[in-house]
Amino acid sequence: MNRTLYGNLIFELSKKGRKGYSLPQDYDRTHTTAELPEALRRKEAARLPECDELTVVRHYTNLSHNNFGVNDGFYPLGSCTMKYNPVINEEIAGMKAFAGLHPLQPAVTCQGALEVYYNLQESLAELAGLSEFTLNPCAGAHGELTGLMVIRAYHESRGDVRTKVLIPDSAHGTNPASAAVCGLEVVEVKSNANGTVDLEDLERLVQLEGPNIAAMMMTNPNTLGIFEPRVLEITEMVHKAGGLMYYDGANLNALLGECRPGDMGFDVMHINLHKTFSTPHGGGGPGSGPVGVRKGLEQFLPTPRVKKVVVNYDLPEDGPTEWEGFIIDWGANNEELRTKNESNSDSDSSLFPPHPSLGSVGNFFGNFGVMLKAYTYILSLGSENIKQVGPLATLNANYIKERLRDSYLLPIKGLCKHEVVFDGLVDKSTGVTTMDVAKRLLDYGYHAPTIYFPLLFHESLMIEPTENESKETINAFIDVMHKIAEEAKTDPELVKTAPHNTPIGRVDDVLAAKQPVTTYWKAKTE
Amino acid sequence: MAKFEEGLRYSESHEYIRVEGEFGYIGISDYAQHALGNVVYVDMPEVDDEVTAGEEFGAVESVKAASDLISPVSGTVVEVNEALEDKPELLNEDAFANWIIKVQLSDPSELDNLMDKAAYEAFCAE
Repeated sequence: MNRTLYGNLIFELSKKGRKGYSLPQDYDRTHTTAELPEALRRKEAARLPECDELTVVRHYTNLSHNNFGVNDGFYPLGSCTMKYNPVINEEIAGMKAFAGLHPLQPAVTCQGALEVYYNLQESLAELAGLSEFTLNPCAGAHGELTGLMVIRAYHESRGDVRTKVLIPDSAHGTNPASAAVCGLEVVEVKSNANGTVDLEDLERLVQLEGPNIAAMMMTNPNTLGIFEPRVLEITEMVHKAGGLMYYDGANLNALLGECRPGDMGFDVMHINLHKTFSTPHGGGGPGSGPVGVRKGLEQFLPTPRVKKVVVNYDLPEDGPTEWEGFIIDWGANNEELRTKNESNSDSDSSLFPPHPSLGSVGNFFGNFGVMLKAYTYILSLGSENIKQVGPLATLNANYIKERLRDSYLLPIKGLCKHEVVFDGLVDKSTGVTTMDVAKRLLDYGYHAPTIYFPLLFHESLMIEPTENESKETINAFIDVMHKIAEEAKTDPELVKTAPHNTPIGRVDDVLAAKQPVTTYWKAKTE
Repeated sequence: MAKFEEGLRYSESHEYIRVEGEFGYIGISDYAQHALGNVVYVDMPEVDDEVTAGEEFGAVESVKAASDLISPVSGTVVEVNEALEDKPELLNEDAFANWIIKVQLSDPSELDNLMDKAAYEAFCAE
């Protein structure tokens, strides 16, 4: 690999007139744009880089080596559950029988795929302790929005106008964002000294906002990795006020197989398949955010949905035969109803009662490839092994917590769940920050943990090891963390100027945030 | 170390107010700018907007986090510090000299709910 040469920007590797392609001799180059209106036609050639094919291949291969993923090394990004993405998941999702499907092909031609889809809905419902799931939402925050829309639809169906959502101050930023997108107002609930929900503050808010409370959104364990010990009292308090409980499944990995949100009193939740169920994040994604509801809310779930039916045939030769199959419920024509409702928003909207289902929230059925991977994961583990996920993730996080607390400040003592939050170094005298520690970790070949979140502490350093890591990997990480804490005392400049061993050194965060230059030609001309 | 200035009133969410007659200059404390790190954007209200004690009136974004600005008093915005639009880093350079909004107080008794320098310093030390 020649990083010096091929690590340059593709624009810098460009040579005027060099081509990595050849067009047929009779290719008419005016053909493609001739039909376009004059105003839309390009006046001068696009300044695309011009390179030979091998240079392009080497350039991008080079770039790919700069990437860091779960397959490269330990990736303890807190709140993200960067667990291993088993190869068998890819194998199953890549099968032609699945990958070649079209979402509009008749149900009778894809019974196997529908069966997987249905079984995943059922498996998630079982693991969550809820009644039914929709797999349509395409990511976690998309699931949150869908879940809140279900909650809003539920209240509206009862003629109950409720606009407030209670959210703990430690919550993920997506919670208030989703509530706002759903047209609901956020009311913040304080945390107590243990980092969990302050029940006195909650009681006060329930008294104050009572009939306005549409829902309370919670993660459990919360963003500090702490289990909410009084969750049953919390759900009861909100239910008494007529609100529903929403469970943000971001931290479900801690509980998987051990306890279920439905049993804690939650009514609606989303699951991140790309966290808890081992499907890839980011570039390897996309995500998937199934939403589950307790009994009595199923009718509000979006469509399309996959349902199981049993049909009895009386066959000429075999006599009465029972056939089990899967059908697609495309839902009523919600779009039309919704449009009518909106155009009549000033008049009596009860003239057009909405169909209880939300209708479509995305493209067809959601990200089916991701569902195949999640279902493969569930079947690979089986009901016995899946019970070990939460306990092992919890054990790993607590092991790291106990072994690092001499060097890193532990603001909340006691048992954590799947992740642990430190508040920077114990010894901050040399001015080395959490950011510096994170950058220095890159030098040692580790992905940095989540930093400066949650916002409850100024120097948050949030480590989530997941259940997959061996003791050797975790020990090696702990040793490096101690080494960095030592370096912060003996050679603080080394840490403050890190990373030193990466292709690009310390980047200028401030300049990047204030004056982002996102195109090569803009950078050249400014 | 963070500086604390005499003669100002402070809130638990780390805003200060410098009262001059019926007007007050509201900004974030030096402790707050330290905790936030390099400020890259300040979201401010517009002149004539109403602000309410305990409610959000804008936000400060740093490379670490985005943080709501909570008004320590109620009143009407009479001026915003436009210099912060182009140079948000002024908050890091001198948080007390670079106030964010100037408000006409509608209820000066609200000032009694705020902390003085000594109380705020003790609050930050907790």
